[in-house]
Amino acid sequence: MTTTREDFREILRLVRPGSRVLDVGCGEGALLDLLTHDKQVDGRGLEISAKGVAACMARGLSVVQGDADQDLDHFPDRTFDYAILSQTLQATRQPRHVLNELLRIADRAIVSFPNFGHWRVRWSLLSRGRMPETKALPMPWWSTPNIHLCTLVDFLALTDDLNVRVDACAAFAGTGPGRSINPSSPLENWRAESCLFMLSRATPASATTARELPPASGDLFDG
Amino acid sequence: MADLDMASSALNDGGTWRFPASEPLRLDSGGVIEGLEVAYQTYGQLNADRSNAVLICHALTMDQYVASAHPTTGKPGWWPRLVGPGKPLDPARHFIICSNVIGGCMGSTGPASINPATGKPWALSFPVITIADMVRAQAMLVRALGVETLFAVVGGSMGGMQVQQWAVDYPERLASAVIIASASRHSAQNIAFHEVGRQAIMADPDWRGGAYADHGTRPEKGLAVARMAAHITYLSEPALQRKFGRELQRDGLSWGFDADFQVESYLRHQGASFVDRFDANSYLYITRAMDYFDIAAGHGGVLANAFTRARHMRFCVLSFTSDWLYPTPESRHIVRALTASGCRVAFVEIESDKGHDAFLLDEPVMDAALSGFLGSVERDRGPA
Repeated sequence: MTTTREDFREILRLVRPGSRVLDVGCGEGALLDLLTHDKQVDGRGLEISAKGVAACMARGLSVVQGDADQDLDHFPDRTFDYAILSQTLQATRQPRHVLNELLRIADRAIVSFPNFGHWRVRWSLLSRGRMPETKALPMPWWSTPNIHLCTLVDFLALTDDLNVRVDACAAFAGTGPGRSINPSSPLENWRAESCLFMLSRATPASATTARELPPASGDLFDG
Repeated sequence: MADLDMASSALNDGGTWRFPASEPLRLDSGGVIEGLEVAYQTYGQLNADRSNAVLICHALTMDQYVASAHPTTGKPGWWPRLVGPGKPLDPARHFIICSNVIGGCMGSTGPASINPATGKPWALSFPVITIADMVRAQAMLVRALGVETLFAVVGGSMGGMQVQQWAVDYPERLASAVIIASASRHSAQNIAFHEVGRQAIMADPDWRGGAYADHGTRPEKGLAVARMAAHITYLSEPALQRKFGRELQRDGLSWGFDADFQVESYLRHQGASFVDRFDANSYLYITRAMDYFDIAAGHGGVLANAFTRARHMRFCVLSFTSDWLYPTPESRHIVRALTASGCRVAFVEIESDKGHDAFLLDEPVMDAALSGFLGSVERDRGPA
């Protein structure tokens, strides 16, 4: 990967320097490498492909071969400050379980995924009557690893269901930089090609305020 | 090999260290061995701040000659992928220690050694030892060599068992651990194969109840059969098939029990050459130590509890797809326990059709992973 992915840029902005980070589905370690060098994090990774893990190990990264569905369970509670799941949630077998686990083992989860509610996806399905193939979702239905696609609104409903607080949300479209958004705004579900959430466990006391979005705290997100 | 020896001869040292009389080795069995000797080799030099020492733990039938010629066979060191100029462990930069396990037969005290109390070989009066006993002896040797902290302890197979034991018993003396093609305990199948080997040795009339040295015999046939059976477990079915298939030694069948097939001839050769360099009683004792190995057993049956003092350490665990002796789920079990106890661990299952022996063979992915891991441990500790 020669250019930094746009969601990597946002993640780099969100993560506190020197924190403990787990990158789930870390590939060949591009993001972990960036976080280690730019933010001096104590970074660890989980990656399903042997090729990816071997590349990570050759870079000196602490990465375990495993998958999000099965291997998060073995981490103790609150091992990390951040658990990152970049463009991987839609490929997990049990997204709901994975999300819960991320917020058990880390104080904050940073999750990005392609938005199936984007207008191009809707238009592609409506006009052609076929499974959409867009820039964010480039593969045909029979070879895509994405088995649990969702829209921004679907995801928001899940966070609500799990009583999870949205600390920040950014939308991406085209090759432009991320845009801080209010995820409850109906228009965003049409506009965001993919989106990124920073989540934390809502404490009972703050549960009410958490639903009154956005708390998109300016120190975490300038927008 | 000659080049390596020439280049490293100045950096190649070794000897036999004798436990001081005041410090006998206390065994898990409750016994004590006095005047225990540990034979070892070192490569490279300890640096000024004593931060570049690495211990390599050898597997069942290996020895301390990890990177120099074996005195009996003349073969070069057994782990050339890992140790040597320009390799992940380089005598130019690292002080590399490798010692023969106790119970062994390459200079460390074992059943073939003379029992000072009787003036005769120990044979079966030698106490049963454990992996932890081997490690306890290594820990004393390492200290005697002036090394308080090892930057890494590395081992494959039984070596990987010793590495885990080090992390459990002496974590404060380690910065990192590399566990390759190993397991945290012997499975029923592992024990079963070892039992076949032991029975083959003990069934040989020349074994003489273990006292073959007194009778001037050697149970060579039994030991060779043990080696042949074990050797099959070190390879994979595809590797055997690729190497030998059903190829014959000569044209046509013998219609008898000669080694018609190449694979038979190969195994016979493996067995015959093994007896030249290995002691049958040592084989019994060391396989027993491996069978008794079960780290979790000493920690309430929970493996993760064993590693709670190792949280400052970094771990690297490697397995191979075709290794059916210590298959990947065994390594994954270790990785999950390390994760659960809060240790920092890297793990990959390497694609290989070479079976258990892959860790000793040409596996570029393993080389890259080990270089990366050891390099980053060095960087974390700062310039040596």
